[in-house]
Amino acid sequence: MLGIHPELLGELARDQRVVLVSATNGKTTTTHFLAAALRAADEPVVSNVTGANLASGLAAALDRAEGPGFAVLEVDERVLPRVVDALRPELLVLGNLSRDQLDRYGEVGSVTASWRAVAERRDAPSVVANSSDPAVVWAAEPAAPTWVALGARWRQDASTCPRCGELLSWTDVTFACANCGFGAPATVNRLEPGALVLGDRRLELDLALPGTWNEANAALAIAAAAKLGVDPVAAARAVTNIDTVSGRYAIHQLGDGRPARVLLAKNPAGWSEVLRFLSDRDSGVVIALNAHIADGRDPSWLWDVPFELLRGRSVAASGERALDVAVRLDYAGVPILVVPDALAAATRVEGSEVHIVASYTQFTALSRRLR
Amino acid sequence: MSESAVRVGLVFPELLGTYGDRGNAITLVERLRRRGRPAELVEVAAGAALPDALDIYLLGGGEDDPQVVAATGLRASRNQLARAREGGAVVLAVCAGFQLLGHRYEARDGASMDGLGLVDATTVAGPDRCIGEVVVEPDPELGLPLLTGFENHGGRTTLGSESRPLGDVVVGHGNGNGVDGVRAERLIGTYLHGPVLPRNPALADLLLSWVVGELGPIDDTLPNALRTSRLDAALAHGVRRWWGERRIARG
Repeated sequence: MLGIHPELLGELARDQRVVLVSATNGKTTTTHFLAAALRAADEPVVSNVTGANLASGLAAALDRAEGPGFAVLEVDERVLPRVVDALRPELLVLGNLSRDQLDRYGEVGSVTASWRAVAERRDAPSVVANSSDPAVVWAAEPAAPTWVALGARWRQDASTCPRCGELLSWTDVTFACANCGFGAPATVNRLEPGALVLGDRRLELDLALPGTWNEANAALAIAAAAKLGVDPVAAARAVTNIDTVSGRYAIHQLGDGRPARVLLAKNPAGWSEVLRFLSDRDSGVVIALNAHIADGRDPSWLWDVPFELLRGRSVAASGERALDVAVRLDYAGVPILVVPDALAAATRVEGSEVHIVASYTQFTALSRRLR
Repeated sequence: MSESAVRVGLVFPELLGTYGDRGNAITLVERLRRRGRPAELVEVAAGAALPDALDIYLLGGGEDDPQVVAATGLRASRNQLARAREGGAVVLAVCAGFQLLGHRYEARDGASMDGLGLVDATTVAGPDRCIGEVVVEPDPELGLPLLTGFENHGGRTTLGSESRPLGDVVVGHGNGNGVDGVRAERLIGTYLHGPVLPRNPALADLLLSWVVGELGPIDDTLPNALRTSRLDAALAHGVRRWWGERRIARG
């Protein structure tokens, strides 16, 4: 799975203070935020911000280092435990775990267990982790992390206790296991609407990037930067001005003059955030879905996304699996156009703006075409 | 036939909902409403007792730990389900849910978990996972066309001599021995996700007809296009593999 000799990775990382960022959703943006915060503090930084998060991408990023400094690396959830020995990271930044590409990765439980094995080692790196995600809490707990409560918005993949297997009980904000006592660890660090409370400080998060999910990414990145010695106020300032992440979130203009933005959503947790973001906008929507290996070959998760929320909106289905999208939307009571090409579809949907919500290979192909 | 709402039960969706099997409930409810029949989706939360007054019980796929919790809940509701079945209720059970209808499931570490014993079947965890598109040729008595689905499971299920499979596997693995699933009176078990009912409108209507009798046609342009495209993809893949194996066998 590595495809690269661990000794090479270790050699490339020798002079670097390595930080590894992993999560099911948000790892590219969190990595970008953290790298920006370190650069703002005048630290030399190499990073794999294009989302190349397998061993080859890590090696390519490390190879760009021109001297000692930070290597802030986004790592695929499955690859993380396999590169820890070679890279000897100083810090792990752990966001969230939910179902994604079940055909390739297996279920959430096996990823959680592989992360926990890293945290249990006596030489485990420092960890900054999200205390609102039961799987992340179970995985990170043995390393005594710095916790940040990012809020639990997606819980469909966290119904049973990762410690004992019994049903977890949830309130609006937290979880607990009545059987074994497992629960969210206490921390003052927390994300509030538009602000991060970090220790005794409160930092406003007036982000240029859209969506509450990016506030969570920013909060985690600022907490990680603070752990690495950066002034959190300066870190917060550095992340708020970022308006694109290697092409992501950039606004393009359609032939008819309307603005269009491409968003990546590849699993139900990501989609639930996108739907919340779209809810108060007059936006047409194109759903562009492929099912290649990098997308996950099984798009059955479409049925766990409450697409009923798109009723009354102009929506088109695109991509190689447009028909899976079309049947889902039709049964959700959303009239749907099937237009195989996503950019052609964008010109066909109504609204004062258009959002193209794409699976991974659609997203990368569209980003190239729009560059 | 009374016109009271058909109650479609989604059993323990937090536990048996990892693979989009909620789509089966959405499909059944919507296909009734489009024919002007009132229908209601009833979610039975994990930890609650199974009501015995539902018309259709849907059990989906889930991860290992949630499956164990679901098994405990189902065994506790064994009587309610038996009463519902006697009253004519329909059961569709997919993957982990299908395994739980049988006598037991044996994990790789030898641990054994009791199922409901509703069908004569036993599942043993296999050495690897079966993942990919599946095509099943259903038992001709069901009067159904080829079924398409996506499987993702480690179980190998052996049916007892009294049990009849849903059909023969054309592409993929199913139970792991040439057949997929199980069928009994107003009951179907299968390894097919996808989910299975949005991809196979005729199967959805068969289940509904067991509850409400004969059903009129509705516009199935989109589901039929989806079904055909998935069948084409899976059969092309199956032919390529068969051809490759044949060439290897011939040297």
